[in-house]
Amino acid sequence: MYDFTYAKPANIADAVKTLAADAEAKALAGGMTFIPVLKQRLNKPSTVVDLSALGLNYIKLEGGKLIVGAMTPHGTVAASPEVKKALPALAELAGNIGDRQVRYRGTIGGSLANNDPSACYPAAVLALGATIKTNTRTIAADDYFQGMFTTALNPDEIITEVHFPLPEKAAYAKFANPASRYAMVGVFVAKFASGVRVAITGAGQNGVFRHAAFEAALSKSFTPDALNGITTPVDEMNADIHGSAPYRAHLVGVMAKRAVAAAG
Amino acid sequence: MVVDGIGASVKRKEDLRFLSGRGNYVDDMNRPGQAYGHFLRSDVPHGKLNKVDISAALKKPGVIAIYTGDDFAAVGGVPCGWQIHSKDGSPMVEPRHPVLAAGKVRHVGDPIALVVAETKQQAKDAAEAIILDIESLPAVANLTAALAPNAALVHDEAKGNICFDWHIGDKAAVEAGFAKAHKIVRLDLTNNRLVPNAMEPRAAIGDYDVSSGEYTLYTTSQNPHVIRLLMGAFVLGIPEHKLRVVAPDVGGGFGSKIFHYAEEAALTWAAAKVKRPIKWTADRTEAFITDAHGRDHISVAELALDAEGHFLALKVDTQANMGAYLSTFAPSVPTYLSATLLAGVYKTAAIYAEVKAVFTNTVPVDAYRGAGRPEATFLLERIVDVAAREMNMDRVEIRKKNFIPKDAFPYQTPIALQYDSGDYLATFDGALKAADYAGFEARRKAAAAKGKLRGIGISTYVEACGIAPSAVAGALGARAGLYEVANIRVHPTGSVTVFTGAHSHGQGHETTFAQLVSEQLGVPHDMIDIVHGDTGKVPFGMGTYGSRSLSVGGSAMVKAMDKIIDKGKKIAAHLMEADVHDIEFKDGKFSVVGTDKAKSFGEIALTAYVPHNYPIEELEPGLEETAFYDPKNFTYPGGCHICEVEIDPDTGVTQVINFTAVDDVGRVINPMIVEGQVQGGVAQGIGQALLEHAIYDESGQLLSGSMMDYTMPRADNIPNIFVGTETTLCTHNPLGSKGVGEVGAIGSPPAVINAVVDALRDYGVRHVDMPATAAKIWSLIDANQPKMAAE
Amino acid sequence: MAQISLTVNGKTVSADVESRTLLVEMLRDKLHLTGTHVGCDTSQCGACVVQVNGMSVKACTMLAVQAEGAKVLTIEGLVNEDGSLHPMQEMFREHHALQCGYCTPGMVMSAIDLVNSHPEGLTEEQIRHGLEGNLCRCTGYHNIVKAIAAAWPIMHNKVPMAAE
Ligand SMILES: Cc1cc2nc3c(=O)[nH]c(=O)nc-3n(C[C@H](O)[C@H](O)[C@H](O)COP(=O)(O)OP(=O)(O)OC[C@H]3O[C@@H](n4cnc5c(N)ncnc54)[C@H](O)[C@@H]3O)c2cc1C
Ligand code: FES
Ligand code: FES
Repeated sequence: MYDFTYAKPANIADAVKTLAADAEAKALAGGMTFIPVLKQRLNKPSTVVDLSALGLNYIKLEGGKLIVGAMTPHGTVAASPEVKKALPALAELAGNIGDRQVRYRGTIGGSLANNDPSACYPAAVLALGATIKTNTRTIAADDYFQGMFTTALNPDEIITEVHFPLPEKAAYAKFANPASRYAMVGVFVAKFASGVRVAITGAGQNGVFRHAAFEAALSKSFTPDALNGITTPVDEMNADIHGSAPYRAHLVGVMAKRAVAAAG
Repeated sequence: MVVDGIGASVKRKEDLRFLSGRGNYVDDMNRPGQAYGHFLRSDVPHGKLNKVDISAALKKPGVIAIYTGDDFAAVGGVPCGWQIHSKDGSPMVEPRHPVLAAGKVRHVGDPIALVVAETKQQAKDAAEAIILDIESLPAVANLTAALAPNAALVHDEAKGNICFDWHIGDKAAVEAGFAKAHKIVRLDLTNNRLVPNAMEPRAAIGDYDVSSGEYTLYTTSQNPHVIRLLMGAFVLGIPEHKLRVVAPDVGGGFGSKIFHYAEEAALTWAAAKVKRPIKWTADRTEAFITDAHGRDHISVAELALDAEGHFLALKVDTQANMGAYLSTFAPSVPTYLSATLLAGVYKTAAIYAEVKAVFTNTVPVDAYRGAGRPEATFLLERIVDVAAREMNMDRVEIRKKNFIPKDAFPYQTPIALQYDSGDYLATFDGALKAADYAGFEARRKAAAAKGKLRGIGISTYVEACGIAPSAVAGALGARAGLYEVANIRVHPTGSVTVFTGAHSHGQGHETTFAQLVSEQLGVPHDMIDIVHGDTGKVPFGMGTYGSRSLSVGGSAMVKAMDKIIDKGKKIAAHLMEADVHDIEFKDGKFSVVGTDKAKSFGEIALTAYVPHNYPIEELEPGLEETAFYDPKNFTYPGGCHICEVEIDPDTGVTQVINFTAVDDVGRVINPMIVEGQVQGGVAQGIGQALLEHAIYDESGQLLSGSMMDYTMPRADNIPNIFVGTETTLCTHNPLGSKGVGEVGAIGSPPAVINAVVDALRDYGVRHVDMPATAAKIWSLIDANQPKMAAE
Repeated sequence: MAQISLTVNGKTVSADVESRTLLVEMLRDKLHLTGTHVGCDTSQCGACVVQVNGMSVKACTMLAVQAEGAKVLTIEGLVNEDGSLHPMQEMFREHHALQCGYCTPGMVMSAIDLVNSHPEGLTEEQIRHGLEGNLCRCTGYHNIVKAIAAAWPIMHNKVPMAAE
């Protein structure tokens, strides 16, 4: 790891100021992605800005929405009675990210800022049509994810909270990469009065994406069988030593059915 | 009666320190004035090393020195400890393995420079300032590429990248067997390349004492004396009395810490140059590209059977990947540790095997838990299953029909080894019963009702361990003896210190060896200490691998204790004024037979050290004995493993539901430890069968180079593992023990794959190579769907 | 260099660390608490697990400066003043849940957290799943799972700890 200056600002304004002051300054949330990257010397920040004192660790229900502060750890979301009641699929998802130790520290904000193509939260945020609130603006999920490790965030912008609309039904089905246990394929389905949204993580070449064909079919009939015969384009799938593109395309269908079944 | 002697599940002595965080692993140690070493390594798989410019790096903060290949031109290369001769009698091609790369880099991870600095981070910082001029050359990243016509050469002297082309067995007899066969079954198999991944990464501290001229190397090793011999005699030219090698607590080895590695030599040498201790600890990422890998064989096997299913002859042609350089024992693995095991538990009349060892631009490959024997067992147990199916015979019946019967021992196989004892039917029946084999079809149906494909697989095996009679090993190419040494020091008050050449890195020797002492000398455990892992304390030794510690190291202890007792009897006879032939030693007492006269072990010890009333004319004072034990034969543990799996046809995921191992490991000293050894080995076998694979891309980059991509078995990948034993004693060592360290990893992989193939029986799948990953299984299911629908 | 102070195993300590110093490096190199191990560099093996403010965390994936003011408990701190062991340590010994001992400190720290956070009970499946962040290469996990199952009733006061 290269050395850097460590800063732990006490409010958002100071944090933004520190980040803006230096192009090489970087935010630190749970560190579950960032610290391994630093250890491999793949990143050389001048200043590391710890966001843990900004008061962004909270969960609340407001105006029919579930609001999760950016610094809320996965484990807190998983265990939260509010989340379990209002949006159990999200608690379930959070409870299966990484391992117990990762969940104590890794945060929703860090996961979304990082936008790892095999991360779990992006699927929930996109399928639920959530809104990402930053220190300057709100960004709709459909505009936020812009391909692997790429988002609409500006370099010195900080995610502050995520607003989730509450669906009638929702579920997440994850097929874990056997080695890393990240999502090799993760499918989040969310049924609203207005229709069904389906987001796929892990599988696509361009990170998380919505599955229009699944959405159309499920909006007509929210049953696993409604997905019979609907395929996922193989040439848009990722391929690596853990699975070919056809395998991933197939798993997208299997996990989607399982998610619909779990949503009930 | 000794309550905690042989056969008792004594709780481990070593656990208290490990559980309270007081273990002493190499990376826990720090020497006064210590500097830190960091190795700059090649990220080019194969290249001409034109220039290593260290001038800028030398000016970086904290840098003490930087060494490159040029600095090591005058020292020896890293030696290989086993020489194989090719069919034509020529010795294997043995290219120089420089301590730091010289002229060329040959695999990703090949060390180019050693940076010594005040801190680890400073050493890393400086390494980034070294300017390398490497001209990339075409690389051969796997066996097929290396053997292709006109393939790039890893070493110019190894034409066609062949290290040796060896054979064993009676070719004519095999051809005769094939000529009269009713059926010949052929199977092509790959034994997947593995990364050992002991949880403790390798680490070493080189130290040099300017005033005495003594070198000390602290290292994560399974055999410090072997390292001292290889490094002292072959690489650095340091005589033994000036070189001490210490291997303290070691966090797992599984073979990967047997070998002498270049880093050890580089650090020891450099410590004398900078006159400071230098510490290096591998990162896991570094371990992936420097620890010797395991397996990586491609074989074609052909089995000839008569009409009743008797095995007439077996022919095997294997290509074995050696990697870029020959690691310490690499040549022995596919040859004498594998091909000689091809008889397995069967009466196969004729066997012939050929092995081509091949250089590639990959990390060296050497022994990994089981070393050669898992490869042989996988091949045999797979081809037997395929043969059963193609002969329309039951898998159980075909095995029973071909077992070596228990009255045939000692049994001379057609391929060099002579098995001393065994009862393969006993372990087989024991396992079938414990696994409820008879009730399996009902479980298959129940699984099918849930949409799962359930399969059961059997494997039987024998292995040769307790390595090895020195004369035999020498005739086969070993460059060292393979005896073991024990020194037993009885102190004046009757407590005992054992200095053993065997090394414990998880096996629990501090406990089992104490049990041997307790049993034989009647001394309680808290009066016994086992010392190992330090050439400065232990007279000599060959270390721990090949499941040899108890059968060879333990036997040396028994021999040394026999000498102690003999001497004790003489002292007792003198004290009690009896004839030495009338003295009996039992339960810790020397007594005169037929009388109630007795002396305790402690009294005799005290007399030996305070010889006021002592046969001083005939007997030296003191009570300390050393014994070298050279085994008379290998030992032959055997057994049967049964695995039951369920496959989810939608995803291809295989879950191991039940695993049963019934093994014959000879006399069991501590059943608790035996169970643990088997369970650990089985988990590694399940890992090999379903999850683990070191994959290089065509260019020579390791794709599965971290735990993000190399699938390590986790708790939820492994089932509960039932372990049973059926015992026949080893006939040629004093303990009757055979060895248990490797059986789990040897017997289990084919059991798992046989179960997977069984689960897929309706899909027309004949064979699945390891690892049977979900992706692989799904593609087999997917490809064979139409066929099933048509049936 | 920054000076940080925190509580480690009940004692207040302070140390000079670089910003880049990891918590595990501080524990091992500055405080000489070498019971906490390092087994990987991708945050996957759990050899480094300690408790920070009652939660099990991977000390290799946390900066020392992030632990300013925290309460850290390491394997060394589990041992009582009189040398007696925590029930989880006892059960690991009783059930032969360790071989080389390298994964053991992290495994024990994770297991304690797992048991503490499941007062309602723990199935074998939950234990296996709960150990997702800890690798052991020696034991095959069988005896680790047994040890944790045996520690649960003791830690939740359902049975007295068996005298050895
Ligand atoms: C062993 C292991 C297993 C894992 N398994 C999974 C898994 O199964 N599924 C999954 O989804 N993830 C998994 N993860 C990743 C984990 O969820 C991380 O916590 C997450 O990806 C990053 O969150 P963090 O809070 O740790 O962020 P950090 O690592 O601290 O930061 C990540 C990046 O986001 C930036 N950042 C952080 N917070 C903000 C913010 N509020 N505003 C703007 N930028 C910010 C940082 O600058 C940095 O670039 C795993 C991680 C590990 C180590
Ligand atoms: S050292 Fe492997 S997770 Fe921390
Ligand atoms: S006991 Fe050796 S890694 Fe677990």
